[in-house]
Amino acid sequence: MIKLENVKKNFGDLSVLRGISIEIQDRQIYGIIGQSGAGKSTLLRCINGLESYDSGTITVNGAPVSFENKNELRKLQKKMGMIFQNFNLLNRLDVYDNVALPMKFWGMKTKTPEAEKKIRGLIELVGLGDKIHARPRELSGGQKQRVAIARALVLDPEILLCDEATSALDPGITREILALLQKINKEMGITIIVVTHQMEVVKQICEQVAFIKDGSVIAEGKPEELFVKPTKEVKAFLQEESDHLPEEGINIQLFFTDESSDNPVITMMARELNVDFSICWAKLEDFRSSVYGSLVINVKEKDKEKVCAYLDQAKVLWEVLD
Amino acid sequence: MWPTILNATQQTIYMVFWSTLLSVILGFIPAIILTLTAPDGLHPNKGVYEVLSLIVNIFRSFPFIILLVIIIPFTRMIVGKAIGTTASIVPLTVSAIPYIARVFETSLRETDPGVIEAARSFGASDWQILFRVYIKESIPRMLNGVILLIISLIGYSAMAGTVGGGGVGDVAIRFGYQQYKTEYLIVCSLILIVFVQLIQMLGNYLYKKLS
Repeated sequence: MIKLENVKKNFGDLSVLRGISIEIQDRQIYGIIGQSGAGKSTLLRCINGLESYDSGTITVNGAPVSFENKNELRKLQKKMGMIFQNFNLLNRLDVYDNVALPMKFWGMKTKTPEAEKKIRGLIELVGLGDKIHARPRELSGGQKQRVAIARALVLDPEILLCDEATSALDPGITREILALLQKINKEMGITIIVVTHQMEVVKQICEQVAFIKDGSVIAEGKPEELFVKPTKEVKAFLQEESDHLPEEGINIQLFFTDESSDNPVITMMARELNVDFSICWAKLEDFRSSVYGSLVINVKEKDKEKVCAYLDQAKVLWEVLD
Repeated sequence: MWPTILNATQQTIYMVFWSTLLSVILGFIPAIILTLTAPDGLHPNKGVYEVLSLIVNIFRSFPFIILLVIIIPFTRMIVGKAIGTTASIVPLTVSAIPYIARVFETSLRETDPGVIEAARSFGASDWQILFRVYIKESIPRMLNGVILLIISLIGYSAMAGTVGGGGVGDVAIRFGYQQYKTEYLIVCSLILIVFVQLIQMLGNYLYKKLS
Protein backbone atom coordinates (compact mmCIF):
# COMPACT_ATOMS: atom_id res chain seq x y z
CA MET A 1 0.00 0.00 0.00
CA ILE A 2 1.13 3.49 -0.79
CA LYS A 3 0.02 6.07 1.71
CA LEU A 4 0.31 9.82 1.36
CA GLU A 5 -0.53 11.98 4.33
CA ASN A 6 -0.86 15.72 4.03
CA VAL A 7 1.99 16.00 1.53
CA LYS A 8 2.97 19.59 0.80
CA LYS A 9 5.52 21.07 -1.54
CA ASN A 10 6.45 24.55 -2.64
CA PHE A 11 8.58 25.75 -5.52
CA GLY A 12 9.66 29.07 -4.06
CA ASP A 13 6.46 31.02 -3.42
CA LEU A 14 4.41 28.68 -5.55
CA SER A 15 2.61 26.01 -3.64
CA VAL A 16 2.46 22.94 -5.88
CA LEU A 17 1.07 20.38 -3.48
CA ARG A 18 -1.26 21.67 -0.77
CA GLY A 19 -1.71 18.79 1.58
CA ILE A 20 -2.42 15.67 -0.45
CA SER A 21 -3.68 12.58 1.36
CA ILE A 22 -4.45 9.46 -0.63
CA GLU A 23 -4.16 5.72 -0.16
CA ILE A 24 -3.38 3.35 -2.97
CA GLN A 25 -4.14 -0.30 -2.35
CA ASP A 26 -1.95 -3.15 -3.56
CA ARG A 27 -2.67 -4.45 -7.06
CA GLN A 28 -4.85 -1.48 -7.82
CA ILE A 29 -4.73 0.66 -10.94
CA TYR A 30 -4.95 4.12 -9.49
CA GLY A 31 -5.43 7.22 -11.61
CA ILE A 32 -4.30 10.72 -10.78
CA ILE A 33 -5.93 13.11 -13.18
CA GLY A 34 -5.57 16.83 -13.54
CA GLN A 35 -4.74 19.57 -15.99
CA SER A 36 -1.13 20.51 -16.66
CA GLY A 37 0.27 22.46 -13.78
CA ALA A 38 -2.07 20.82 -11.28
CA GLY A 39 0.85 19.18 -9.52
CA LYS A 40 0.10 15.60 -10.52
CA SER A 41 3.51 14.87 -12.04
CA THR A 42 5.24 16.43 -9.06
CA LEU A 43 3.17 14.18 -6.83
CA LEU A 44 4.30 11.11 -8.76
CA ARG A 45 7.93 12.22 -8.56
CA CYS A 46 7.58 12.63 -4.81
CA ILE A 47 6.30 9.07 -4.49
CA ASN A 48 9.45 7.56 -5.95
CA GLY A 49 11.83 10.09 -4.51
CA LEU A 50 12.81 11.88 -7.71
CA GLU A 51 11.69 14.99 -5.96
CA SER A 52 11.58 15.89 -2.29
CA TYR A 53 8.56 17.22 -0.46
CA ASP A 54 8.39 19.83 2.27
CA SER A 55 6.05 18.25 4.79
CA GLY A 56 3.74 15.31 5.31
CA THR A 57 4.65 11.67 4.89
CA ILE A 58 4.74 9.19 2.03
CA THR A 59 5.11 5.51 2.80
CA VAL A 60 5.45 2.69 0.33
CA ASN A 61 4.52 -0.67 1.85
CA GLY A 62 5.33 0.77 5.25
CA ALA A 63 8.72 2.21 4.29
CA PRO A 64 8.92 6.00 4.34
CA VAL A 65 10.13 7.82 1.22
CA SER A 66 12.81 9.83 2.95
CA PHE A 67 15.81 11.73 1.66
CA GLU A 68 17.88 11.26 4.80
CA ASN A 69 19.34 7.96 3.72
CA LYS A 70 20.25 7.80 0.04
CA ASN A 71 20.80 4.06 0.11
CA GLU A 72 17.38 3.32 1.55
CA LEU A 73 15.84 5.62 -1.05
CA ARG A 74 17.61 3.75 -3.85
CA LYS A 75 16.28 0.45 -2.52
CA LEU A 76 12.80 1.90 -2.50
CA GLN A 77 13.23 3.22 -6.05
CA LYS A 78 14.13 -0.30 -7.12
CA LYS A 79 10.64 -1.39 -6.10
CA MET A 80 9.07 1.26 -8.32
CA GLY A 81 9.43 1.13 -12.09
CA MET A 82 8.58 4.26 -13.99
CA ILE A 83 7.55 5.14 -17.55
CA PHE A 84 7.36 8.59 -19.07
CA GLN A 85 5.57 10.66 -21.67
CA ASN A 86 8.61 10.86 -23.93
CA PHE A 87 9.70 7.28 -23.30
CA ASN A 88 13.21 8.40 -22.28
CA LEU A 89 15.12 5.57 -23.90
CA LEU A 90 18.83 5.75 -24.55
CA ASN A 91 19.23 6.38 -28.27
CA ARG A 92 22.52 4.60 -28.59
CA LEU A 93 21.40 1.35 -26.97
CA ASP A 94 19.30 -1.28 -28.68
CA VAL A 95 16.07 -2.63 -27.21
CA TYR A 96 17.87 -5.36 -25.28
CA ASP A 97 20.41 -3.02 -23.69
CA ASN A 98 17.78 -0.41 -22.89
CA VAL A 99 15.77 -3.00 -21.02
CA ALA A 100 18.91 -4.31 -19.31
CA LEU A 101 20.14 -0.87 -18.23
CA PRO A 102 18.49 -0.73 -14.77
CA MET A 103 20.12 -4.08 -13.96
CA LYS A 104 23.51 -2.54 -14.70
CA PHE A 105 22.74 0.23 -12.23
CA TRP A 106 22.35 -2.48 -9.61
CA GLY A 107 25.52 -4.29 -10.58
CA MET A 108 23.65 -7.28 -11.95
CA LYS A 109 25.08 -9.29 -14.83
CA THR A 110 23.07 -8.85 -18.02
CA LYS A 111 24.67 -11.46 -20.25
CA THR A 112 24.19 -14.58 -18.12
CA PRO A 113 21.67 -17.13 -19.40
CA GLU A 114 19.19 -16.32 -16.61
CA ALA A 115 19.47 -12.57 -17.19
CA GLU A 116 19.09 -13.09 -20.91
CA LYS A 117 16.04 -15.25 -20.37
CA LYS A 118 14.46 -12.63 -18.17
CA ILE A 119 15.21 -9.70 -20.46
CA ARG A 120 14.04 -11.57 -23.56
CA GLY A 121 10.95 -12.69 -21.68
CA LEU A 122 10.04 -9.09 -20.85
CA ILE A 123 10.65 -7.93 -24.40
CA GLU A 124 8.36 -10.70 -25.59
CA LEU A 125 5.78 -9.83 -22.94
CA VAL A 126 5.51 -6.31 -24.37
CA GLY A 127 5.26 -7.75 -27.87
CA LEU A 128 8.61 -6.75 -29.33
CA GLY A 129 10.21 -10.17 -29.65
CA ASP A 130 11.17 -9.41 -33.24
CA LYS A 131 12.76 -6.04 -32.44
CA ILE A 132 15.22 -7.17 -29.82
CA HIS A 133 18.23 -5.51 -31.46
CA ALA A 134 16.48 -2.50 -32.98
CA ARG A 135 17.55 1.00 -31.94
CA PRO A 136 14.90 3.38 -30.54
CA ARG A 137 14.98 5.54 -33.67
CA GLU A 138 13.78 2.58 -35.72
CA LEU A 139 10.71 2.20 -33.49
CA SER A 140 7.34 3.94 -33.46
CA GLY A 141 6.09 5.84 -30.40
CA GLY A 142 4.00 2.93 -29.20
CA GLN A 143 6.89 0.52 -29.60
CA LYS A 144 9.20 2.86 -27.69
CA GLN A 145 6.72 2.97 -24.81
CA ARG A 146 6.64 -0.84 -24.87
CA VAL A 147 10.43 -0.91 -24.50
CA ALA A 148 10.12 1.56 -21.63
CA ILE A 149 7.55 -0.68 -19.97
CA ALA A 150 9.83 -3.72 -20.27
CA ARG A 151 12.66 -1.63 -18.84
CA ALA A 152 10.48 -0.54 -15.93
CA LEU A 153 9.72 -4.18 -15.12
CA VAL A 154 13.24 -5.54 -15.26
CA LEU A 155 14.00 -4.95 -11.57
CA ASP A 156 10.84 -6.87 -10.53
CA PRO A 157 9.05 -3.83 -9.13
CA GLU A 158 5.95 -3.99 -6.97
CA ILE A 159 4.69 -0.70 -8.35
CA LEU A 160 4.66 0.82 -11.82
CA LEU A 161 4.44 4.61 -12.08
CA CYS A 162 3.20 6.04 -15.36
CA ASP A 163 3.79 9.73 -15.98
CA GLU A 164 1.54 10.80 -18.87
CA ALA A 165 2.64 7.58 -20.52
CA THR A 166 0.12 7.75 -23.34
CA SER A 167 -0.06 11.51 -23.89
CA ALA A 168 2.31 11.42 -26.87
CA LEU A 169 0.52 8.53 -28.54
CA ASP A 170 -2.47 8.47 -30.85
CA PRO A 171 -5.79 7.02 -29.61
CA GLY A 172 -5.44 3.54 -31.12
CA ILE A 173 -1.92 3.07 -29.76
CA THR A 174 -3.03 4.51 -26.42
CA ARG A 175 -5.63 1.76 -26.12
CA GLU A 176 -3.02 -0.90 -26.90
CA ILE A 177 -0.62 0.44 -24.29
CA LEU A 178 -3.43 0.65 -21.72
CA ALA A 179 -4.40 -2.94 -22.47
CA LEU A 180 -0.78 -3.94 -21.91
CA LEU A 181 -0.72 -2.10 -18.57
CA GLN A 182 -3.91 -3.86 -17.55
CA LYS A 183 -2.41 -7.21 -18.47
CA ILE A 184 0.68 -6.46 -16.39
CA ASN A 185 -1.53 -5.46 -13.47
CA LYS A 186 -3.57 -8.64 -13.64
CA GLU A 187 -0.91 -11.18 -14.50
CA MET A 188 1.99 -9.88 -12.47
CA GLY A 189 0.00 -8.32 -9.65
CA ILE A 190 1.79 -5.00 -9.96
CA THR A 191 0.20 -1.87 -8.51
CA ILE A 192 -0.04 0.80 -11.19
CA ILE A 193 -0.29 4.54 -10.66
CA VAL A 194 -1.29 6.45 -13.75
CA VAL A 195 -0.84 10.21 -13.94
CA THR A 196 -2.68 11.68 -16.87
CA HIS A 197 -4.80 14.51 -18.21
CA GLN A 198 -6.71 12.13 -20.50
CA MET A 199 -10.13 11.11 -19.23
CA GLU A 200 -10.15 8.08 -21.56
CA VAL A 201 -7.15 6.63 -19.75
CA VAL A 202 -8.90 6.79 -16.40
CA LYS A 203 -12.13 5.42 -17.84
CA GLN A 204 -10.41 2.55 -19.57
CA ILE A 205 -8.20 1.17 -16.83
CA CYS A 206 -8.45 2.90 -13.45
CA GLU A 207 -10.25 1.31 -10.53
CA GLN A 208 -9.83 4.36 -8.37
CA VAL A 209 -9.13 7.94 -9.31
CA ALA A 210 -8.13 11.20 -7.65
CA PHE A 211 -8.90 14.50 -9.32
CA ILE A 212 -6.18 17.02 -8.62
CA LYS A 213 -6.60 20.74 -9.05
CA ASP A 214 -4.19 23.44 -7.90
CA GLY A 215 -2.31 20.96 -5.76
CA SER A 216 -5.33 19.58 -3.91
CA VAL A 217 -7.45 16.49 -4.31
CA ILE A 218 -10.93 17.77 -5.22
CA ALA A 219 -12.55 14.37 -5.53
CA GLU A 220 -11.60 10.76 -5.11
CA GLY A 221 -13.47 7.56 -5.86
CA LYS A 222 -14.43 5.08 -8.49
CA PRO A 223 -14.25 6.67 -11.93
CA GLU A 224 -17.66 5.32 -12.99
CA GLU A 225 -19.26 7.11 -10.06
CA LEU A 226 -17.30 10.33 -10.41
CA PHE A 227 -17.80 10.66 -14.13
CA VAL A 228 -21.42 9.63 -14.33
CA LYS A 229 -22.65 11.44 -11.25
CA PRO A 230 -20.03 14.14 -10.85
CA THR A 231 -19.87 16.49 -7.91
CA LYS A 232 -19.83 20.22 -8.57
CA GLU A 233 -16.03 20.31 -8.49
CA VAL A 234 -15.69 17.40 -10.85
CA LYS A 235 -18.26 18.91 -13.19
CA ALA A 236 -16.32 22.14 -13.30
CA PHE A 237 -13.20 20.09 -13.86
CA LEU A 238 -14.67 18.10 -16.72
CA GLN A 239 -15.98 21.34 -18.19
CA GLU A 240 -19.00 19.58 -19.57
CA GLU A 241 -22.33 21.01 -18.67
CA SER A 242 -25.69 19.64 -19.62
CA ASP A 243 -26.35 22.90 -21.39
CA HIS A 244 -29.37 23.92 -23.41
CA LEU A 245 -31.93 22.16 -21.29
CA PRO A 246 -35.53 23.34 -21.69
CA GLU A 247 -36.60 26.10 -19.32
CA GLU A 248 -40.15 24.82 -19.11
CA GLY A 249 -41.09 21.80 -17.03
CA ILE A 250 -38.80 19.75 -14.86
CA ASN A 251 -35.46 18.36 -15.93
CA ILE A 252 -34.59 15.07 -14.31
CA GLN A 253 -31.22 13.43 -14.72
CA LEU A 254 -31.10 9.66 -14.49
CA PHE A 255 -27.96 7.68 -13.81
CA PHE A 256 -27.51 4.20 -15.10
CA THR A 257 -25.03 1.89 -13.50
CA ASP A 258 -23.84 -1.32 -14.99
CA GLU A 259 -26.88 -3.39 -13.96
CA SER A 260 -29.56 -0.87 -14.77
CA SER A 261 -28.23 0.20 -18.15
CA ASP A 262 -29.67 -2.91 -19.78
CA ASN A 263 -33.12 -2.18 -18.42
CA PRO A 264 -35.58 -0.44 -20.75
CA VAL A 265 -36.72 1.85 -17.90
CA ILE A 266 -37.59 4.81 -20.05
CA THR A 267 -39.93 3.14 -22.46
CA MET A 268 -41.51 1.07 -19.70
CA MET A 269 -42.15 4.20 -17.70
CA ALA A 270 -43.75 5.96 -20.65
CA ARG A 271 -46.07 3.00 -21.19
CA GLU A 272 -46.96 2.33 -17.59
CA LEU A 273 -47.45 5.91 -16.44
CA ASN A 274 -48.84 7.07 -19.73
CA VAL A 275 -46.88 10.32 -19.56
CA ASP A 276 -45.03 12.19 -22.27
CA PHE A 277 -41.55 13.50 -21.82
CA SER A 278 -38.68 14.49 -24.03
CA ILE A 279 -35.14 13.24 -23.85
CA CYS A 280 -32.87 16.30 -23.77
CA TRP A 281 -29.41 14.97 -23.23
CA ALA A 282 -27.74 11.63 -22.88
CA LYS A 283 -24.36 10.10 -22.50
CA LEU A 284 -23.10 6.55 -22.36
CA GLU A 285 -19.60 5.70 -21.34
CA ASP A 286 -17.38 2.67 -21.12
CA PHE A 287 -15.53 2.09 -17.91
CA ARG A 288 -13.16 -0.80 -18.22
CA SER A 289 -15.62 -3.37 -19.55
CA SER A 290 -18.83 -1.90 -18.15
CA VAL A 291 -21.20 0.66 -19.55
CA TYR A 292 -22.46 3.57 -17.50
CA GLY A 293 -24.69 6.34 -18.63
CA SER A 294 -26.79 9.28 -17.78
CA LEU A 295 -29.83 10.80 -19.36
CA VAL A 296 -31.79 14.00 -18.87
CA ILE A 297 -35.52 13.93 -19.47
CA ASN A 298 -37.93 16.82 -19.38
CA VAL A 299 -41.35 16.18 -17.85
CA LYS A 300 -44.34 18.38 -17.16
CA GLU A 301 -44.61 19.87 -13.68
CA LYS A 302 -47.76 17.82 -12.95
CA ASP A 303 -46.05 14.51 -13.78
CA LYS A 304 -43.04 15.13 -11.58
CA GLU A 305 -44.16 13.18 -8.53
CA LYS A 306 -45.41 10.25 -10.52
CA VAL A 307 -42.18 9.99 -12.46
CA CYS A 308 -40.00 10.30 -9.38
CA ALA A 309 -41.94 7.64 -7.58
CA TYR A 310 -41.63 5.34 -10.56
CA LEU A 311 -37.88 5.89 -10.79
CA ASP A 312 -37.46 5.14 -7.10
CA GLN A 313 -39.37 1.94 -7.47
CA ALA A 314 -37.28 1.01 -10.53
CA LYS A 315 -34.15 1.65 -8.42
CA VAL A 316 -32.73 4.20 -10.82
CA LEU A 317 -30.55 6.95 -9.39
CA TRP A 318 -31.93 10.34 -10.30
CA GLU A 319 -31.81 13.99 -9.41
CA VAL A 320 -33.82 17.03 -10.36
CA LEU A 321 -31.73 19.64 -12.12
CA ASP A 322 -32.28 23.30 -11.32
CA MET B 1 60.80 19.66 -53.30
CA TRP B 2 59.30 16.24 -52.48
CA PRO B 3 61.57 15.25 -49.57
CA THR B 4 60.89 18.62 -47.96
CA ILE B 5 57.16 18.22 -48.37
CA LEU B 6 57.15 14.61 -47.20
CA ASN B 7 59.05 15.61 -44.10
CA ALA B 8 56.66 18.52 -43.52
CA THR B 9 53.67 16.21 -43.89
CA GLN B 10 55.05 13.93 -41.21
CA GLN B 11 55.61 16.93 -38.94
CA THR B 12 52.05 18.10 -39.41
CA ILE B 13 50.66 14.67 -38.62
CA TYR B 14 52.91 14.44 -35.58
CA MET B 15 51.88 17.84 -34.20
CA VAL B 16 48.19 17.41 -34.89
CA PHE B 17 48.07 13.86 -33.54
CA TRP B 18 49.71 14.63 -30.22
CA SER B 19 47.99 17.93 -29.61
CA THR B 20 44.61 16.33 -30.38
CA LEU B 21 45.24 13.38 -28.11
CA LEU B 22 46.53 15.49 -25.22
CA SER B 23 43.86 18.15 -25.48
CA VAL B 24 41.05 15.57 -25.63
CA ILE B 25 42.34 13.88 -22.48
CA LEU B 26 43.01 17.14 -20.64
CA GLY B 27 39.89 18.92 -21.91
CA PHE B 28 37.66 16.09 -20.79
CA ILE B 29 38.20 16.86 -17.12
CA PRO B 30 36.99 20.49 -17.13
CA ALA B 31 34.16 19.42 -19.45
CA ILE B 32 32.95 16.92 -16.86
CA ILE B 33 33.26 19.44 -14.04
CA LEU B 34 31.37 22.05 -16.08
CA THR B 35 28.62 19.53 -16.89
CA LEU B 36 28.20 18.41 -13.30
CA THR B 37 28.20 21.89 -11.80
CA ALA B 38 26.09 23.56 -14.49
CA PRO B 39 22.70 24.91 -13.34
CA ASP B 40 21.00 21.86 -14.90
CA GLY B 41 23.73 19.42 -13.81
CA LEU B 42 23.76 16.68 -11.21
CA HIS B 43 25.52 18.90 -8.65
CA PRO B 44 24.79 22.50 -9.54
CA ASN B 45 27.45 24.79 -8.10
CA LYS B 46 27.37 28.32 -9.34
CA GLY B 47 30.78 29.29 -7.95
CA VAL B 48 32.75 26.41 -9.47
CA TYR B 49 30.89 26.64 -12.75
CA GLU B 50 31.35 30.40 -13.20
CA VAL B 51 35.05 30.38 -12.27
CA LEU B 52 35.91 27.45 -14.52
CA SER B 53 33.79 28.92 -17.28
CA LEU B 54 35.68 32.21 -17.00
CA ILE B 55 39.06 30.46 -17.19
CA VAL B 56 37.94 28.57 -20.29
CA ASN B 57 36.75 31.80 -21.88
CA ILE B 58 39.97 33.63 -21.11
CA PHE B 59 42.06 30.93 -22.77
CA ARG B 60 39.76 30.86 -25.75
CA SER B 61 40.06 34.61 -26.19
CA PHE B 62 43.78 34.57 -27.08
CA PRO B 63 44.52 34.56 -30.78
CA PHE B 64 46.67 31.48 -31.33
CA ILE B 65 49.67 33.40 -32.62
CA ILE B 66 49.79 35.43 -29.39
CA LEU B 67 49.28 32.42 -27.13
CA LEU B 68 52.15 30.77 -28.99
CA VAL B 69 54.49 33.54 -27.90
CA ILE B 70 53.33 34.23 -24.36
CA ILE B 71 53.52 30.64 -23.21
CA ILE B 72 57.10 30.19 -24.38
CA PRO B 73 58.41 29.99 -20.77
CA PHE B 74 55.83 27.30 -20.00
CA THR B 75 56.76 25.39 -23.16
CA ARG B 76 60.40 25.54 -22.16
CA MET B 77 59.51 24.18 -18.73
CA ILE B 78 57.66 21.19 -20.20
CA VAL B 79 59.70 20.23 -23.27
CA GLY B 80 63.02 21.78 -22.29
CA LYS B 81 63.08 24.05 -25.34
CA ALA B 82 60.75 26.55 -26.98
CA ILE B 83 61.58 25.84 -30.61
CA GLY B 84 60.85 22.85 -32.81
CA THR B 85 58.10 20.47 -33.76
CA THR B 86 57.73 18.86 -30.34
CA ALA B 87 57.77 22.24 -28.61
CA SER B 88 54.95 23.49 -30.78
CA ILE B 89 52.69 20.72 -29.46
CA VAL B 90 52.49 22.63 -26.17
CA PRO B 91 50.83 25.83 -27.47
CA LEU B 92 48.64 23.79 -29.81
CA THR B 93 47.45 21.69 -26.89
CA VAL B 94 46.98 24.66 -24.59
CA SER B 95 44.83 26.43 -27.14
CA ALA B 96 42.84 23.28 -27.85
CA ILE B 97 42.01 22.36 -24.23
CA PRO B 98 39.49 25.16 -23.57
CA TYR B 99 38.01 24.64 -27.00
CA ILE B 100 37.47 20.94 -26.47
CA ALA B 101 36.28 21.53 -22.89
CA ARG B 102 33.54 23.78 -24.22
CA VAL B 103 32.65 21.45 -27.08
CA PHE B 104 32.45 18.44 -24.78
CA GLU B 105 30.46 20.38 -22.20
CA THR B 106 27.92 21.39 -24.84
CA SER B 107 27.74 17.80 -26.15
CA LEU B 108 27.23 16.37 -22.68
CA ARG B 109 24.64 18.92 -21.69
CA GLU B 110 22.61 18.17 -24.80
CA THR B 111 21.77 14.80 -23.24
CA ASP B 112 18.01 14.49 -22.93
CA PRO B 113 17.12 15.40 -19.32
CA GLY B 114 14.30 12.86 -19.53
CA VAL B 115 16.80 10.05 -20.00
CA ILE B 116 18.74 11.23 -16.96
CA GLU B 117 15.55 11.33 -14.94
CA ALA B 118 14.69 7.81 -16.09
CA ALA B 119 18.10 6.60 -14.92
CA ARG B 120 17.57 8.29 -11.55
CA SER B 121 14.16 6.70 -11.22
CA PHE B 122 15.82 3.27 -11.43
CA GLY B 123 18.17 4.16 -8.60
CA ALA B 124 21.28 5.01 -10.65
CA SER B 125 24.08 6.74 -8.76
CA ASP B 126 25.53 10.03 -10.03
CA TRP B 127 28.63 8.19 -11.18
CA GLN B 128 26.57 5.71 -13.19
CA ILE B 129 24.52 8.51 -14.71
CA LEU B 130 27.72 10.27 -15.74
CA PHE B 131 29.25 7.26 -17.47
CA ARG B 132 26.29 5.18 -18.58
CA VAL B 133 24.03 8.03 -19.63
CA TYR B 134 25.79 11.38 -20.14
CA ILE B 135 28.97 10.14 -21.75
CA LYS B 136 27.48 7.15 -23.51
CA GLU B 137 24.72 9.21 -25.13
CA SER B 138 27.09 12.05 -26.07
CA ILE B 139 29.83 10.06 -27.82
CA PRO B 140 28.71 10.87 -31.39
CA ARG B 141 28.39 14.58 -30.59
CA MET B 142 31.76 14.57 -28.84
CA LEU B 143 33.31 12.83 -31.82
CA ASN B 144 31.99 15.58 -34.08
CA GLY B 145 33.70 18.08 -31.81
CA VAL B 146 37.00 16.20 -32.06
CA ILE B 147 36.78 16.21 -35.86
CA LEU B 148 36.28 19.99 -35.85
CA LEU B 149 39.20 20.28 -33.44
CA ILE B 150 41.52 18.24 -35.69
CA ILE B 151 40.65 20.41 -38.66
CA SER B 152 41.34 23.65 -36.82
CA LEU B 153 44.55 22.21 -35.39
CA ILE B 154 45.75 21.50 -38.94
CA GLY B 155 45.21 25.20 -39.59
CA TYR B 156 46.89 26.31 -36.36
CA SER B 157 49.83 24.05 -36.99
CA ALA B 158 50.72 26.21 -39.97
CA MET B 159 51.33 29.08 -37.57
CA ALA B 160 53.52 26.84 -35.46
CA GLY B 161 56.13 27.45 -38.16
CA THR B 162 56.74 30.75 -36.36
CA VAL B 163 58.36 28.84 -33.52
CA GLY B 164 60.12 26.40 -35.81
CA GLY B 165 57.45 23.79 -35.66
CA GLY B 166 57.65 22.95 -39.33
CA GLY B 167 54.81 21.23 -41.07
CA VAL B 168 53.00 21.62 -44.36
CA GLY B 169 51.68 25.11 -43.68
CA ASP B 170 55.13 26.31 -42.69
CA VAL B 171 56.64 25.00 -45.96
CA ALA B 172 53.90 26.72 -47.92
CA ILE B 173 54.73 30.06 -46.30
CA ARG B 174 58.52 29.83 -46.33
CA PHE B 175 59.00 28.34 -49.78
CA GLY B 176 55.79 29.09 -51.57
CA TYR B 177 55.10 32.62 -50.33
CA GLN B 178 58.43 34.07 -49.18
CA GLN B 179 60.53 32.50 -51.98
CA TYR B 180 57.91 32.80 -54.73
CA LYS B 181 57.90 29.04 -55.41
CA THR B 182 54.33 28.69 -56.50
CA GLU B 183 54.55 24.90 -56.95
CA TYR B 184 55.20 24.53 -53.19
CA LEU B 185 52.19 26.65 -52.45
CA ILE B 186 49.98 24.53 -54.71
CA VAL B 187 51.21 21.14 -53.51
CA CYS B 188 51.00 22.14 -49.85
CA SER B 189 47.50 23.51 -50.30
CA LEU B 190 46.42 20.31 -52.03
CA ILE B 191 47.85 18.19 -49.21
CA LEU B 192 45.96 20.26 -46.65
CA ILE B 193 42.72 19.97 -48.65
CA VAL B 194 43.13 16.19 -48.86
CA PHE B 195 43.86 16.01 -45.13
CA VAL B 196 40.76 17.96 -44.17
CA GLN B 197 38.60 15.97 -46.58
CA LEU B 198 39.83 12.64 -45.27
CA ILE B 199 39.34 13.64 -41.64
CA GLN B 200 35.85 14.94 -42.34
CA MET B 201 34.90 11.78 -44.24
CA LEU B 202 36.22 9.60 -41.45
CA GLY B 203 34.30 11.74 -38.97
CA ASN B 204 31.03 11.46 -40.87
CA TYR B 205 31.47 7.71 -41.20
CA LEU B 206 32.14 7.25 -37.48
CA TYR B 207 29.30 9.57 -36.50
CA LYS B 208 26.86 7.54 -38.53
CA LYS B 209 28.21 4.32 -37.15
CA LEU B 210 28.15 5.43 -33.53
CA SER B 211 24.83 7.21 -33.34
